[in-house]
Order: sequence, then C-alpha cells, then structure tokens
Amino acid sequence: MDHSRTSNRPIGSPVERLEDLRFLRGRGEFVDDVSSPGALHAVILRSSVAHGRLRGVDASVARKCPGVRAVITAQDIGEIPVITMRQELLPEFKPYQQPVIAGDKVRYVGEPIAVVVADSTALAEDALEHIALDIEALPPVADRAAARKTDSLLFEETGRNHVITLSAKLGDAAAAFHDAPYTRRERFQVQRFTAVTMEPRGLLAEWDDANGHLTVSGMTKVVFHNRRILAKQMGLAEDAITMIEADVGGGFGVRGEFYPEDFLIPFAARTLKRAVKWIEDRRENLIASNHARDAECELEIACDRDGTIRGLRGHGAADLGAYIRTNGVTAARNTAQVLSGPYRVSNIQFEMALLLTNKTPSGTYRGPGRFEADFFRERLFDMAANDLGIDRVEFRRRNLVAEHEMPWTLPTIQPLDQGGETDNGDYRQTLDRCLKDFGWPEKSALQGKLIDGRRHGIAIGCYLEGGGSGPRENVRMVLERDGTVSLYTGSSSVGQGVETVMAQIAADALDMPMARINRVQHGSTTVVTQGYGSYSSRSIVMGGSAIVQAAGLLKDAIRAAAAKRLQCAPSDIAIDGDNAVGPDRASVALSALAVDGIAADGTYASSKRTYSYGAHAAHVAVDPGTGHVALIDYMAVEDVGRIINPLTLHGQAVGAIVQGLGGALLEHLAYDSAGQFLSGTLADYLLPTASDFPVIRAHAMEERPAPHNPLGAKGAGEGGIIPVGGVIANAIANALGVEPNILPLSPPRVWELMNCK
Amino acid sequence: MKPPPFQYHDPKTLAEAVGLLGTLDNAKLLAGGQSLMPMLNMRFVLPDHVIDLNLVEGMAGIKETDGVLEIGAMTRQRELEFSDLVAAKCPLLHQALMHVGHRQTRNRGTIGGSLCHLDPAAELVTVCMAHDATIAVAGPGGTREIAFADFPAGYLTPAIELNEIVTAIRIPVWPAGHKAAFIEFSRRHGDFAIVSAAALLQIDGGRITRASLTIGGVAVAPVRATEVEQAIVGQAPTSELFAKVCESCRSFEAMADIHASAEYRQHLAVVLARRALEKAADLADNAPWNRAH
Repeated sequence: MDHSRTSNRPIGSPVERLEDLRFLRGRGEFVDDVSSPGALHAVILRSSVAHGRLRGVDASVARKCPGVRAVITAQDIGEIPVITMRQELLPEFKPYQQPVIAGDKVRYVGEPIAVVVADSTALAEDALEHIALDIEALPPVADRAAARKTDSLLFEETGRNHVITLSAKLGDAAAAFHDAPYTRRERFQVQRFTAVTMEPRGLLAEWDDANGHLTVSGMTKVVFHNRRILAKQMGLAEDAITMIEADVGGGFGVRGEFYPEDFLIPFAARTLKRAVKWIEDRRENLIASNHARDAECELEIACDRDGTIRGLRGHGAADLGAYIRTNGVTAARNTAQVLSGPYRVSNIQFEMALLLTNKTPSGTYRGPGRFEADFFRERLFDMAANDLGIDRVEFRRRNLVAEHEMPWTLPTIQPLDQGGETDNGDYRQTLDRCLKDFGWPEKSALQGKLIDGRRHGIAIGCYLEGGGSGPRENVRMVLERDGTVSLYTGSSSVGQGVETVMAQIAADALDMPMARINRVQHGSTTVVTQGYGSYSSRSIVMGGSAIVQAAGLLKDAIRAAAAKRLQCAPSDIAIDGDNAVGPDRASVALSALAVDGIAADGTYASSKRTYSYGAHAAHVAVDPGTGHVALIDYMAVEDVGRIINPLTLHGQAVGAIVQGLGGALLEHLAYDSAGQFLSGTLADYLLPTASDFPVIRAHAMEERPAPHNPLGAKGAGEGGIIPVGGVIANAIANALGVEPNILPLSPPRVWELMNCK
Repeated sequence: MKPPPFQYHDPKTLAEAVGLLGTLDNAKLLAGGQSLMPMLNMRFVLPDHVIDLNLVEGMAGIKETDGVLEIGAMTRQRELEFSDLVAAKCPLLHQALMHVGHRQTRNRGTIGGSLCHLDPAAELVTVCMAHDATIAVAGPGGTREIAFADFPAGYLTPAIELNEIVTAIRIPVWPAGHKAAFIEFSRRHGDFAIVSAAALLQIDGGRITRASLTIGGVAVAPVRATEVEQAIVGQAPTSELFAKVCESCRSFEAMADIHASAEYRQHLAVVLARRALEKAADLADNAPWNRAH
C-alpha cells in the first residue's frame, strides 16, 4: 500500500520545515552569529608535518605581535587531557586516545600545536606565522601496509600501529565453505572521504570569573556527553558548564563529536577570563574534522549452484588515522556486523583489523561502516550471480531474509558486543517496488548498449539501516499561560528538521494544532536535565517516543487540574485543543489551567534498535573516451516503519543519496606517501554540485511499523547513503563489463579499468 | 583564511600603476581577484603591496580593428561572454567563456587576470594560444608586444617583467565562416578542465585549408598540436582522418596531479583533440558532449 493520507493528523503530514523561514530570511543564529561583544578570536597552529617529534615551540615573537592576548601551547596546559571515547571503549583503545594538543609528538597534518588568541582573527593569523617550531621528522606511516609493520610507530610505548582485530562470527563459516560448489574471493577498497558540512565547526566560550561558570555555544549532537568530558578535563563540576546548541548547518555524524578545540577554546577563555571565539575555516575543516570510511577487505562468498548463499568470510582493515577519537571504532565494528545486510547469510567469519596511520583521525559519517560493507557485499553478489548464470535480481530475492525468519540474528563482534537482531520487515516488498518504479524490465534492454557515444548500465542493491540507538531520551513539556505548549528535548538539531518533526509528534500526541506548539527547544544543557542527542538515526525513535510519553503525562496533568476545577473525575475530562471539557460540556480553558503549573517530563528508554530497509537502483551512462560516469536515473525505495513528515524524509533520502554519489564517484581525501594532505580546498575535494546528479527519485513506505516503540518509527536518516557505492559500481560493471572494486570511480580509474580489460 | 597584512594602492591611471609597480617591492596586481583573493586568504602569496587595477581608466573594452579583436586586459569575462562582437568574430572565445568558472566568477574575473595567472587549464589561455594572440604590456620603458607562444614562461608564470602590466590582448580573427570548437573535460561543471581542446578550421571546397588545434591542461601551458594541424591541411575532414592523426597527441609531455595521471591526460588529449575537430567540422554525433553547452 502506498503512503496515502487518510487524516489531517500532524504525523504523516507534509509539513514544510518550521526552521526554513528563519534560515531563508537570514535569521538563523549559527555559532558565529551568537552575539559576544568584546570576544577575542582564536586561531590554531596545526602541524604541517605528518609524523615527528615536537622538540620545541617558540612563541616568544608571536606573543609580542599586535593584538595578541595569549599563545597557548602544551606547556601552558600542563598535564594534557585526552579525549575519551564515547562509544565502544575497550582498555586496548586507551593508549590511542587523542590528547587535546600535541605534546611530545605530532602524528598528523592538522594536529593542534598552539592556540593564538588575539583581538581579531586576522591579527591572530598574522601572529601564528611567527611561532617557530622545532620538529624532528619521523618516517611517516602513510598507509595500511606501513601500519602493519613496526618500523615506524605512532605510539612507541605500545609497540604497534595495529590496535586490535575485531572478529565477526555467526554460525560455522568453515563448515559452510567446506565442499561448497561455488566460491569466489575478491579484494575491495573504499577510499577516505567524509561529510563536509556547509557550516564548519565553531565555538564561543564565555568565562564568568565571579561565578566560576563556563558557557559554551556551538556544541551539538551529544551536548551532555561533551559537557561530561569537558568538565572532567577542566576540573569543573558539570553544572558549572552550560552548553548552548545554536542553529547548526549540518552534522552527518561528523559535527558535534568532542574535538581538541572543544577543550582548547574553553581553556583559553578561562585562562584569559574573556570570551573567546573560534570559527573553523574550510581548510581546517578538511584536515581537523573527522575523516571517515577508508577501509579495505578481502571477501569470499560460498554458494550452492542455485545461488543460495552458504556463507561469507574474509578479513578487512580500517585506517583509523592517527588517534582513536570519540567514536573511532564504530564504523569498523559496523562493517563487520552488517556485512550480510538484509540477506540470509547464516555463516559468517570476518576479521577487521584496526590500523593507525599518520592521517587525520576518523569517526562516524552517515551510514558508518554500512556504506563500506554494502559496497563490498553487493559487488561480490553481482560477480557471484554472473558466475552462476543467475539473474542478479533473482539472486538477491532468493537470499533476502524472509519475513517469517525475523527477527534475524546478526553476528557477534568480539571483543565488542554480543551481536543483536533485526526487528521486522518485508524486504522483498521494497525490492519489488524499486524494480517497478525504476522500470527494471524496460531498462534491462539497455545493458551494455552503446547509445550516442555512451555505454549504459543498470544495477540494484538492497540494504538494512540500523537506527534508534539507546539508551534513552528525555523531554519536558510545559503548558503555557497562553494555552500553548513548550517542548524541550534532549535531541539535537543539526539541520535535519528536528524542530518540525518534534512539533508534529507533540501536536499529534496532544490532539492540538501544530501552531499551539512553541518553537522546540533542543540540545542545550539548559533545556532538560539530561539529554542524549542525535546520532544513529535516533532523534525520532528515541526523542519522538519520549514526546509521546510526555504528552500522555501532560494530558493526565491537565485532566487532574481540570477535574478539580470542574468537580469531576479526571477520567470525565476530554481535551479538545483549547479547553478541558467535563461532564455537561462544562469547560475550562487550557490557558486558565496553566496557572496551576502544568508540566510533564517524558522519557523513553530502549536497547532495541530499529532496522529500516530498502532497495536502490541506478542507471548510468559511461563515456568510454573519458571514463566519465553520468547518472541517468536513480530510484530509492525504503520502508521506515512510520513516516512522520514525508517532506523532510524525502530530503533525508535525496540528500543522503547525493552524499553517497559523492563517495562513489567524486570525493577523496588524498594523501601522498609522506602523509601530506592533498585535498585541502573544495577545488581539490570534489563535492557534488547542484548540476551533477539532477535525477534522483525516492519513495518511502510505512508497511511495517517498528515493533519496539510507540510511534512505530524506524531510523530514516542514513539509509539513503548506505547502498549507493555498491549500486553505482555494479551499474558501471554492467555497462562496461569491468570489475570496479575500488572507490571512488573517478574518470581516470574507470578509464584504467577499460584499459586493463 | 584572512589575508596577510599588505599596503593597498588604487591608482587611477596606467602610468600611475606602472609607476607604483616599478617602485614598490614585492607588489601584486589585483585585477578581478578571482584567483588572487583566495590565494591571499590562504596565505599562499604574501605581498607587501597590492595594486588594485580596477579604478585605472581605459583598461577595459572590446573593439575590432583591421581583423584584430583588441580586448582591454581589465575587460570582465562577463562582458566578453555577452559581447555580440566576440560571438560574431571569435566564436572560439565565445564558446570557451561558457566553461570559465561560474557566472559569479565571470562577473568579476578579467581576461588579463586569467592570462597572467596562467593556470595550465584556463580556457582563455588555451584560446589565446589557438588564435596566435598578442599580449600588449606596459612598463617603465614604454610598451611592447609579446607573441602568445612566448607568453608562458613556466607553471603559473607569464614571460613579463616584474614591473610590467598586461594592458591588452590582440586576437587576429579568422575569416568569416571559419569553424570553431572548444570542448573540455572537467570533473564537475565549472571546475578547471583536466584537459581542454580548441579547434579552428577553415574549410574551402570540401578541404581543410587552415587549421589550429590546441590542447590545454596537459602540460604547464597549452600546446599547439602542430603535427595534427599539418596533417589535416589539404585533406577532406573525416572522422577517420581525425581519429588517425590525433593519436600523435599521446606523445605530449604531460603533468600528473591528484585528479589525473600523465597517461590519462595524454589519453584525454587524443580523445578531446578528435572530438574538437569533429565538432568544428560538423561531424559530431549526438553524444552529450557535442550538444550545445
């Protein structure tokens, strides 16, 4: 059944984003817009050496430059705090956590060495040039091969660049491969690329010396967690720090994690007893914010002759960069765990090595590990189907987990976790719908055809999107004296439309028009006592479910207050949006009840993740002369359990697909063999532009509501990016009869594939 | 991303500008600023003085005299793009302008600025090489002209003295009815080309009587494919001929960077040379790269 609206309830309505009017009129307040009269400006001296021993930092000249208020180096900080991991912390990872500033070594180009604080950014940048560094260059660990050796070590004290190997296990892979009638083993590689948010990071730290209180604007994503880290680093009580979430121009997993600057700027503010602002510029953004992906693997499939998959096995390696940041292991863990995606693969054995190199540390980026895993798997599936003479679609349909087999068990990941299981879904339904909407039968005639100078190819792939990570989320609702309701949530708004969808959920749950819900207050440590934030496609699942609970409690409170006034039982009270109505139509206005102080705290806790799913199909045309890949058509179908807002969901899908296309065809954070970074501007780091991928179609379904939350909603922010690499590579393979196993599929690489054929 | 400190000068006359340039140490000229300003902001260049040419009288304009299109160095790329005179007399330049950056950068960017920045893949540089343009420069000792073939001295380095200013570009126009095609291959719309090709053909009585073929982006400066030019003059234009003779472009010396290897650039030189000639000779098929830009 298509999504068709049968009511005017707020949930499911295509509500235009409430945020947009503010943004389009230039009234957004991003961190650089936050008023801070008299604030000083900080810039950061970063290492231009990939690997070296930092013997000396001489800032004596810089400190005397005009307008300079301070130059802060490791020496000025004393004992240097490290940035502790937020997820998947094992004792084995501890030695590799990043110090907030380089002390005795520099380990990547871009690592902070000193902070210059001056009256203006320009003066600070002028002074920065006068800091003299004495760095003894060490042999760079420039790639995975170098990382596996121990000739040059990022951390001499541990004696290794290979941190540990994660192991994914399900069933008995050795038995499944034994005597298998068909096997194939291939190597695959996904390049280093990352999210590039339109608004770079930024911070405004204000120190109130009289009260010993710090206020930090510019935090997002996991604001409360970041406050915990910072409080510990600065020796402050958590409630001595207020963190404000301003408007945020894009998150995608990268923005909002705790970075070195998140300590350095507040530290500078406290040291100087002044407000200090730092706004990351684009060049910094590309070397300082988390990198992502950068994984390779050798993967083997075993099948029966009819295409039934017996097992997957192999080993891979992730290049984490120079340190393990807050969520530095998540992508590698996910790659190992979701290798089989939505398919019935009962036997899996996969090792994932975590390696350190002299590159910018990495973290999660939309669909972390899943983009990589889907590329590996879907490429191998097309090869296997071709080898076995089985139609690619049929191969997938035959192997998708069927509805009656759910929940489907996922592999355990040693030493990190005990596995997990999917929830529910009809995976074949989204595949069939995608085939139909894409026009697979008609387009099949184009495979490999040369038309007007270009070779055409098509491909399809299926995916699973894990979302809705726990542990919980908190919201607070207050009935105001004008009869409106204020909503405070621990979810973060990183530009994804939280203000809109949360207001929809609240209005729906309260049976009120959306206009009655005041602008949603989110993220900041001032809005709830404890918040958990926005990552892992969790805002609607966790934050939204907490709203449902809070709304129920608020209605209870309204009924109780009205019952007192109307001398009846609370159960006799109905709420009609404006009034609480008792027996015999006697009523009291909600605005009048508000004086009683009516508020509700809602919380939603769950450890059950949601699994939305879908299928993507692509039609490409390749110029055999240049290797250029043009996207002719792209069709995405997903089932997200429950659609809160079809407009914002569509934006999530299309935006994520474009990011995926960037990763499949354009984007590459390139380094040379000395660990020098080569993609430091947006002329070198090729983001998709408006004219690159004009045709992207997306259709969302809500046939299988999530079983574990009151909304029935599943995470829906990341699915769009997950299958893109595999689908595009398979479409190119289909067009040219080549095996594209390395991303990105840049024109030179496609040309090389054609040449090597 | 703030520029380093520098002294700003805004001369009103060419003589004043030449005077400043001749007396100030470590000075940079500011034309449209589309390359210089980002380079200043990234502190890739650290001049003590910036001499702004935008207020200098008489450095912009387009006119034709005796078969030569004369373009003031400070003429905006946008003026050239919308000039009927350019479209009529120098279709190659007109076509090439559609590939120069984006409308926003063409609004400010100047032809003289582009030529002096001398990016190996810059479209206007390739056009000047194809048309055997002449560059007029003014210095303390007066004015002189430089044949464009001699203008590039190296990577991003024009063959002008530190105290000279490019004042005008003189493009000898080809006879009415000549054929022109400018094509390029870039990763995304508006990016600098990896390789570009500019073809000019004069075809009389079914035979090529005059030919110019230039490949940009392969080497530090655009290269004239003289071997191809010589091989096709006197011949009837056919796709087979072009395919055969353009193979010689594979031997061009080529650069490598993060976007493309030398071998790939050489390959593109062959492909784009053939496509440009086919397009100029009206032999192009309906492939997307042959459709109107």
